Amino acid sequence: MISQTYDADDTKFGRYGGRFVPEILMPPVMEVAEAYERLRTSQDFRADLDGLLKSFAGRPTPLYHARNLSRKLGRQIYLKREDLVHGGAHKLNNTLGQALVAKRMGKTRLIAETGAGQHGVATAIVGANLGFDVQVYMGEVDIKRQKMNVYRMELMGAEVIPVRSGSRTLKDAINEAFRDWAATFDHTYYLFGTAAGPHPYPAMVRDFQSVIGREAKEQIREADGQLPESIAACVGGGSNAMGIFAPFLKDDVRLIAVEAGGRGRGRTERTADNGASLGCGTDGVLHGALTRILQDPFGQILESYSLAAGLDYPGVGPELAYLTEKGRVIPRMADDKTALRGFRELSSLEGIIPALESAHAVGYALQNPEELGEMAIINISGRGDKDLQTVMEYENL
Amino acid sequence: MKKPLLIVYICAGDPTPEATPDLVRRLARAGADIIELGLPHSDPVADGPTIQAAAQRAIAAGMNTDIYFKAAAEADVDIPKVFMGYYNMIYARGLERFVRDCASSGITGMIVPDLPPEEAGPLQEASRSAGVDLIFLAAPNTPQERLEMIRAQTSGFLYLVARAGVTGARSDILQGTRDFIARVPQGVPRAVGFGISTPKQAAEVIRAGADAAIVGSACVDLIARGEIEQLMQLVREMKEAITEAEKDKNPIVC
Repeated sequence: MISQTYDADDTKFGRYGGRFVPEILMPPVMEVAEAYERLRTSQDFRADLDGLLKSFAGRPTPLYHARNLSRKLGRQIYLKREDLVHGGAHKLNNTLGQALVAKRMGKTRLIAETGAGQHGVATAIVGANLGFDVQVYMGEVDIKRQKMNVYRMELMGAEVIPVRSGSRTLKDAINEAFRDWAATFDHTYYLFGTAAGPHPYPAMVRDFQSVIGREAKEQIREADGQLPESIAACVGGGSNAMGIFAPFLKDDVRLIAVEAGGRGRGRTERTADNGASLGCGTDGVLHGALTRILQDPFGQILESYSLAAGLDYPGVGPELAYLTEKGRVIPRMADDKTALRGFRELSSLEGIIPALESAHAVGYALQNPEELGEMAIINISGRGDKDLQTVMEYENL
Repeated sequence: MKKPLLIVYICAGDPTPEATPDLVRRLARAGADIIELGLPHSDPVADGPTIQAAAQRAIAAGMNTDIYFKAAAEADVDIPKVFMGYYNMIYARGLERFVRDCASSGITGMIVPDLPPEEAGPLQEASRSAGVDLIFLAAPNTPQERLEMIRAQTSGFLYLVARAGVTGARSDILQGTRDFIARVPQGVPRAVGFGISTPKQAAEVIRAGADAAIVGSACVDLIARGEIEQLMQLVREMKEAITEAEKDKNPIVC
């Protein structure tokens, strides 16, 4: 018997998180929570997921000792190679997990939001592979910026639905997916792409992404016999960061969350110059959770800005908001130029082209090597092929 | 108040902040029993395209929370005015200040579609001490035990979401809506909204047992087209239709 009411404290990280959704979505969200709670300890579920992560996604991913970068920075730098996951980013860790939850719930259709298209692609992959109808909501602006990913999704049988409401980017794609779900929850599962949204999504996405940190912990012990002094990861919603941070929360490891500094700390009337909700945001409710958000003094959500579409989001996962407030996670910013430096230098030094999102963490490390300590891991959450057009256009400006 | 009631939603600031007080007065004269005055939000997740567009127009025209309360106060009507808006707008102003502003501008109730009772403790406390009702919503898929909890928590009335999905005009009232109204426990006035756009539909929900019919998107649509006379005509016809429907509710059997 599913409980029909709940204690709000059970859905929160400190004061952050919760379930701020219209009543029509409350039963479907609670159904997901109940299913996940049941499955997360199921050996049969775990075996299915581990099998797919290994044979289909290509896990474990290497922890690579970046010799040239280490020499340049005068300290040991390891890269967690999530860019090598099938699909080109860490996103598949989560979509495989949630798609298996959806399957066991008897759902036949997946909906998802996407910004840069990476989560949409990862959802299209599991849709094709596990047999779901897939519809992906994507802002009209993002569709123009990421044509290749749109085509990849369509090749794999997903339908991409252009979102023309609001700012026509990721935050509006999420709104539109919620509106769809409010009418289709009988047969549809909302496959949320980051560690944000109403409970249980922040916890569930973190858990599915924690495979990154679990592997890294084992690998670094094997490679170096000890834990790193710090870990740096980029943060948009925060799924790759929470994924690598979570298994290290109780260890003496500095956790650095690098947000999109964009053009700087400022804002105009409707648009922030960055995507740094931890660094520049204030408390508020967005997409079902109380968290740190970019907003005007009246509570209207600002459009965010970053060269990296995957960091271009005016909110952040509630657990990161909580860990930052507690001082456990250190929020930092890398602006567009710093990210581009990371993009270029990792390409030329190591022969690895990182996603523009991951390049924020690399760029921050290049700029502040002393903060990393003697040994650090940088999470390379995705590969940069999707960003070549963006970088070429930016440099021609 | 004498039942059945007609509740009319408009988005404050659409088409302009200046137009809102007069619109409220005219709607009251045309037969609205309660005005639901929407505060536009950038991310109205419970709303369909019609009200989303209205919110965008209003924000572009300069509507904000300060102006909202001024407009509400200026709209001096004898019927109750109720706030409708998203929780972040309340949170950003501060809960206590927000409910104080409601009370001082003649707003007697609040509908916050993205605030479930589980999260509503602090706002409930603030609104109670200011004497403002906090009105909760229930949906057709709300299970019975939860429905009882929501009914116990709501004050003023209970807002029944007629069907799955978001706000917006629909051409039919489903059997599911009738069943939903029937399973709501007695003891609190039941207002039905989402998808009611014609006098016939409004009459149907009243016949099905509702105490009030809520019309929103249909009105917002007419405002968007500048058809204010037609809006007043629609409100008059709706009021007539539900008054007639109320008589059918308890027919005298000969």
